[in-house]
Amino acid sequence: MIKEHKGMTLIVKTITRLTVGLILLYGIYIVLHGHLTPGGGFAGGVIIALSFIHLMLAFGREVALKKVSRPIAGLFESIGAVMFLAIAIFGFVGGYFFLNFFVDKGTPFNLFSSGIIPLCNIAISLKVGAGLFAIFTALVLLKVKSKGEK
Amino acid sequence: MIGLYLILLFMIAASYIAVQIKDLLSSVVAVGAAGLALSVAFLILKAPDLAITQLAVEIVCLVILIKATVKRDTVSTKDMRGFITTIVSLIFIGTFLFFAYLALKELPKFGEPLMRVAQNYIQTGQAKTGASNLVSSVILDFRAYDTLGEATVLFTAVIGVLAVLRRIGRKKKDEVIKEND
Repeated sequence: MIKEHKGMTLIVKTITRLTVGLILLYGIYIVLHGHLTPGGGFAGGVIIALSFIHLMLAFGREVALKKVSRPIAGLFESIGAVMFLAIAIFGFVGGYFFLNFFVDKGTPFNLFSSGIIPLCNIAISLKVGAGLFAIFTALVLLKVKSKGEK
Repeated sequence: MIGLYLILLFMIAASYIAVQIKDLLSSVVAVGAAGLALSVAFLILKAPDLAITQLAVEIVCLVILIKATVKRDTVSTKDMRGFITTIVSLIFIGTFLFFAYLALKELPKFGEPLMRVAQNYIQTGQAKTGASNLVSSVILDFRAYDTLGEATVLFTAVIGVLAVLRRIGRKKKDEVIKEND
């Protein structure tokens, strides 16, 4: 089976196939443990976006856009923003904006602890990751189109 | 502490190279080197959260974004600056440094900050929020309103980029394109 010559060389593709899942998992780890270890939603979201950008650089843009297309990236970004705002507004249940409305905060150093903070981390990571990927996709498509017009 | 000063010197050198070099890609790599040194400096100053964010955003995003989106290395032309421009720049830099010296004398010493509000956060942060990462508990609980503002800024920036760069906005006057782009 002859593959199309898109993207980089065979070496880069093989290494990418091995590492891109690990990069994605590391980003998810950073997001989910944001309230326990250094990191958090912003850094984790950037790492998640970088795993998809890595895929796009190595295999060409069709492969990455088949996984996450631009409307889906915009959708995820909006979901993240609305989720963050919804968590903030849910604080009015107890009286004020951004109230940490879980009564039982859980034991420290556990994964399920500290109320709304992990939820906020997940929302921010969705927003940052999808937003960054959308910007990257827009810039890449812009380059291709302007080259074709000349 | 001597390592920190070495890293600062390295950052100054990398920034100077980034400004002065002619090749665009080399300039981007030099900026990335300055960012790497900054993240190591954050690690020395015991701020691992900032170090991770700095590493991910500054180096990888900057280098990859510019490498992937700039078509070829643009050669910058270098012309001699005028004499008057240099003099005016030096005067402004001198004025800035003078007032900065006056202002920086009043700051607390390095490593001994005034902590009235922050002291309260450090003492009661874990009990109040349950998060063992204190930075996370500050930015997402005590100061979550600021984080909401920052998230709004990022959201607006992404929407702006997508709106400017979309295909419909760049078409010619009489050109008809399909809507599925």
